[in-house]
Amino acid sequence: MSWLLTFPLILPFATAVLAYLARKSSAGRWISVAGSLLALVAALALFVTVSDEGVVSAQMGGWDAPYGITLVADMLSAVMVLLTTITGLSVAIYAMGEINPAQEKLGYHSIFQILLGGITGAFLTGDLFNLYVWFEVMLIASFGLLIMGGKPTQIDGAVKYVTLNLIATVMFLSGIGLLYGVTGTLNMADLHDAVLASDRPGLIVILSMFFLIAFGMKAAVFPLFSWLPASYHTPTFAASAIFSALLTKVGVYSLLRTFTLIFTLDPGFTNAVLLWVAVLTMVVGVIGALAQTEIRRILSFQIVSSIGFLILGLAIHSPLAITGAVFYLIHNVIVKANLFLVSGVIARVTGGTDLRLIGGMYRTAPLLSVLFLIPAFALSGFPPLSGFWPKVLLVKASLDQGMWVVAAVALIVSLLTILSLMTLWSEAFWKPHPEAREPSLATLGSDRLALVLPIAALGLLTLLIGVFPQPILEISEQVAAQLLSPDLYLTAVRGVLP
Amino acid sequence: MNSVILNAATRILVPLLLVFSLFMTLRGHNDPGGGFIGGLIGSTAFIFYAIAFSTAEARSALRIEPEQLAIIGLGLALLAGLVSIVFNEALFTGQWLFLGASEGEKGLPISSVLLFDIGVYLVVMGGILALVFALEEEV
Repeated sequence: MSWLLTFPLILPFATAVLAYLARKSSAGRWISVAGSLLALVAALALFVTVSDEGVVSAQMGGWDAPYGITLVADMLSAVMVLLTTITGLSVAIYAMGEINPAQEKLGYHSIFQILLGGITGAFLTGDLFNLYVWFEVMLIASFGLLIMGGKPTQIDGAVKYVTLNLIATVMFLSGIGLLYGVTGTLNMADLHDAVLASDRPGLIVILSMFFLIAFGMKAAVFPLFSWLPASYHTPTFAASAIFSALLTKVGVYSLLRTFTLIFTLDPGFTNAVLLWVAVLTMVVGVIGALAQTEIRRILSFQIVSSIGFLILGLAIHSPLAITGAVFYLIHNVIVKANLFLVSGVIARVTGGTDLRLIGGMYRTAPLLSVLFLIPAFALSGFPPLSGFWPKVLLVKASLDQGMWVVAAVALIVSLLTILSLMTLWSEAFWKPHPEAREPSLATLGSDRLALVLPIAALGLLTLLIGVFPQPILEISEQVAAQLLSPDLYLTAVRGVLP
Repeated sequence: MNSVILNAATRILVPLLLVFSLFMTLRGHNDPGGGFIGGLIGSTAFIFYAIAFSTAEARSALRIEPEQLAIIGLGLALLAGLVSIVFNEALFTGQWLFLGASEGEKGLPISSVLLFDIGVYLVVMGGILALVFALEEEV
């Protein structure tokens, strides 16, 4: 059982080592793709086991909980690991078309795999300090991907990214230290018991704010999101696709995990804070997106707006709301990765990403335009694409709780999202190229297959989720049920307690 | 830097630091020490060398790119974790081999934990040297 949990985790690191040793030949990129494929298989095996047999857990190094490090996968972790490997494989294939030999020689594929390993670790760990370690692995690897190429804009973005993220990790670490001082444990299942038994509940509610700020900054919620639009438009498109799909979602995952498993003492207070955060994040994100003219900056602000919807589900905290948030999470990871990948192709074909300087995509590449429209419509929540269903669930959940204003805000934000994405559409696709230059697909050259295949595959996935939402809905319901009554999680970890 | 004192001292310090770093790594299993601190001490030997002579000299003395050293270390640490797959135990469970063990004699213990420490040593040394060499060459 324990190897089922460890394979998704060790495969990226093994791939990173091999890909680095082979970085000077074309073998490196194939190793990266093969490793990602194996990781996808491992994640599928884990997902099937978890959905058949319930929560699985294992103790690393044979040291018992709560002293040793627990790896544990419930439905949420299994789904997140599966999403990581799906986007990981797509981006690994896309990178074959985008990353040039100079970047490969610096170890691009290797660092990319280490990033995937860090993300997987964060989803699988059952130990708060170990979660911090995986955050650091992610931060270092993503910094490497951000600065690779060494352009001044990249250094500028990377410095902002690293400084603000370091503040978040210091916040996280301080919170961990103080929480350990109060409860004497850092194993998440053990913390659940320790917090309920604690004689200082007020102090723990205050401590939970450390974690809210740290994870909130990682997730890019209002008002802590400024690092995201400052940096995500600078690196390679492959890197920004994996960042946008997964890095902020690790923050959301951590919030979901800690605020359903550990910090449940004063839900009235924490949920009120989260609700304000969620609404402001949605609104500010979409307004920011409307003010931008660079494709990746628009999409970056759209990430912020989407995070608002995810936090909204957690803040409402009803089973329906959490189901909606998880469904939104699944949909959003796939769609966001896809939009960033498409923007890379737009840049190659039209010669830039600034909407004022490009145009004419539709006449040159009508099929590619459809591949952009699918994730764009899905993101704005058009039926019957994948974004429609979670938004229905979230709006229904807020109406059930009598939160009319919140439901109205969510709908208005969706409308503004459509406006922002349709501006992007009409500028980049419909408008003739301002320099009267005819964009040409020939610029894609032999990389065409590697660039378009992952976009098409993710687009197909979006369509399938949209047309057949029932399986995803059932998965999301299971996740929500496990999060709201964590008995299974606790027994799975306690089962390996002495 | 061109200083006779530093050059002469470096010639004596480099082997001492390298031996000391190995000592600290091996000592780490039961006492303070280990791969991390060993790797730091070992890297100072090459940093001294780079400051006293030149980064190019230090690079050729190292014989292998520091980045490569770090990733090989990561591979070794991973292997140390994977040894337990053969014995069907959890990842990173320590596996022990007692060389020449007999009745009443414990023998020489060799373990996957030691391999892990060596991996950490190489990761730290390679990482630090990659950073320091890059910074030195920039000036």
